[in-house]
Amino acid sequence: MSDTVIKVENISKQYRLGDVGTGALAHDVNKWWHKVRGKENPYLKIGEINDRATKADSDYVWALKNINFEVKQGEVLGIIGRNGAGKSTLLKILSKTTTPTTGSIKLKGRIASLLEVGTGFHPELSGRENIFLNGAILGMTKQEIKSKFDEIVDFAGVERYIDTPVKRYSSGMYVRLAFGVAAHLEPEILIVDEVLAVGDAEFQKKALGKMKDVSEKGGRTVLFVSHNMGAISTLCDRGLLLINGNVNCNDNIESVVKQYLNTGLNSNADFKNTNNNLNESIYSIKISNESENSTFNFAKPIKIFFSIKHLSKIKGTTIGIAIKDRWQQKIFTDTFVIPEYNLNKLESKIEVIIPSKILLTGLYFVDAAIFLQNQQPFEYLTEVCSFEIEDLESELSTYSNSNIGSFYLKCDWNVK
Amino acid sequence: MNLVENKMEKIITDEHWDEIIEPRSKLFDLRLKEVWRYRDLLILFVKRDFAAQYKQTILGPLWHLIQPVFTTIVFLFVFKSIAGIQTDGINATLFFMSGITIWNYFSACLTGTSNTFVANAGIFGKVYFPRLVIPLSTVLSNIIKFVIQFFVLFLVMVWIGFKEQYFYFGATWLLIPLLVVMMAGMGLGLGIIISSLTTKYRDFTVLIGFAVQLLMYLTPIAYPLSILKGKSYAWLLQYNPLTPIVEAFRYALLGKGSFEPLHLLYSAIFILTTLFFGAVIFNKVERSFMDTV
Repeated sequence: MSDTVIKVENISKQYRLGDVGTGALAHDVNKWWHKVRGKENPYLKIGEINDRATKADSDYVWALKNINFEVKQGEVLGIIGRNGAGKSTLLKILSKTTTPTTGSIKLKGRIASLLEVGTGFHPELSGRENIFLNGAILGMTKQEIKSKFDEIVDFAGVERYIDTPVKRYSSGMYVRLAFGVAAHLEPEILIVDEVLAVGDAEFQKKALGKMKDVSEKGGRTVLFVSHNMGAISTLCDRGLLLINGNVNCNDNIESVVKQYLNTGLNSNADFKNTNNNLNESIYSIKISNESENSTFNFAKPIKIFFSIKHLSKIKGTTIGIAIKDRWQQKIFTDTFVIPEYNLNKLESKIEVIIPSKILLTGLYFVDAAIFLQNQQPFEYLTEVCSFEIEDLESELSTYSNSNIGSFYLKCDWNVK
Repeated sequence: MNLVENKMEKIITDEHWDEIIEPRSKLFDLRLKEVWRYRDLLILFVKRDFAAQYKQTILGPLWHLIQPVFTTIVFLFVFKSIAGIQTDGINATLFFMSGITIWNYFSACLTGTSNTFVANAGIFGKVYFPRLVIPLSTVLSNIIKFVIQFFVLFLVMVWIGFKEQYFYFGATWLLIPLLVVMMAGMGLGLGIIISSLTTKYRDFTVLIGFAVQLLMYLTPIAYPLSILKGKSYAWLLQYNPLTPIVEAFRYALLGKGSFEPLHLLYSAIFILTTLFFGAVIFNKVERSFMDTV
């Protein structure tokens, strides 16, 4: 008897882009007409891979295409991918909130999902009432909830507020309570999607610990989706990397995380914007390096070039970059007000130099934005490109196997 | 060797899976057992609907009393005083009020269930439970409202009974629960069909608003069926499956008026058919409505 609890076979999911209007009715009629004559759905043949950045040729897109994988009992599987890679779609199919277009999933045991906690919380009801309601929505019976009630309240740490309507709760308390209910659910398979974004550090630790408990002691299976590579690495045994709706990599977690981080690493770190609707837009970012790859020496400065298209020519237009470490935590940000005489040109070329001996060995991402101060940015690009720093000769290079952080600041040391 | 392989294969194919998620389900697999398993949730939804509706209102459930009373007063003015409609020898106040009470229940069930998918898209998109729980909870929480309104009707009956020295209380009262269940079935059946259609095409949301209003005038709420005798358009009301229920409700409650068991049977068959088809369509839509809603 094998201990596989989830078996995903050839799962694909097609979505229709754009608006549902009279065109949709025409398609429905056409689909129905094909069905009546016993023919295949004509729209299943078309559809492209789901790359959100490129313009679509047809109205149909495959959010997932031929996904196959298995999960064994007690395993914690991390599902990784960029925005729009199909992670949420996969979880939605697993949690039965939508159906696949083709393929099948076989499951053993009860499955419960935490696709955003607090589902079904009613703001007017008290914490106590919401625990029961939320528990029941997640599939518990009244008896089960009753027996766990004290534990949940204790876990969430909201005893004082338990008879207050949850609309008076702080957002952190709200999440604590919601996660508390879900964590005490005891399904055989638990799906967790980005629940740890809110909540303070103490609670995040508690939540991660609870998840680890659930899988190790409870022998239960957890599917975990997050962009937080730190949490993924510590929690999961195995990883599944999705790129544009396809499984790119399905291996132990270290190699999958590495693969994921590397997919962001464009060798020449070049980005081309195709969106022409913006007033001001960055249409190219290039990180330059003599050796034409994106690995920089610790002792050398990093040059990043921006090409910016000016259309609105508003005085005070500012460009900014943020450097993030491999866990996608921002390390620092800097901005630059584009000079007025440059705004009159159609295009500006701007160079930013990150001084040498600042960023330590590791992988870095670049966020870029073009904006007016205190206003919605014209454009904000998240992790558009990335680069790697290596250190072979400095005095710090001997520490490269231990965690010495990512930011280097030379301090003064005096013997007194 | 071959034998071992065969055996292995057998074990693999024999493997037991608790659940298989596939693109299509069987058309008539309604999963009612699952709904039963979620009965605690059903009750909690009813409680939630009731509790949440009156938070931060001063009158609370008293609002349920005010609506039928005022509607009855308006009907008395328009249909009795102005139009001069005869009410089958039943006291006009009771005639209108009984009609309004049972109609309110039907219309609340229908409008409540008809936006099941659209109103609950947020929660449906995140967690799975049998979707049928929501329309069922709507029907059940409206029963509470009906009971309150029925109680007001009862008080008015007692009051008028004292005034006219006539009070009816008989075995026909036993019919009332059945009629209420029929109304619930009708509202639920039509409601889930409409809710299934609204997921993709919102046109039906607009339609339902005034369709319920118009339907009321095709049902003997503001006038008795008997005044249409001999009229060429009387069939419109006779084929309306709601007509026998309303008439039977008045007959059961007040002991006066007309009532034909055979017509009621017609309504019952109509309701069962609607419910069945409603459940099938609902079942088909609930699985993938998140993509189109």
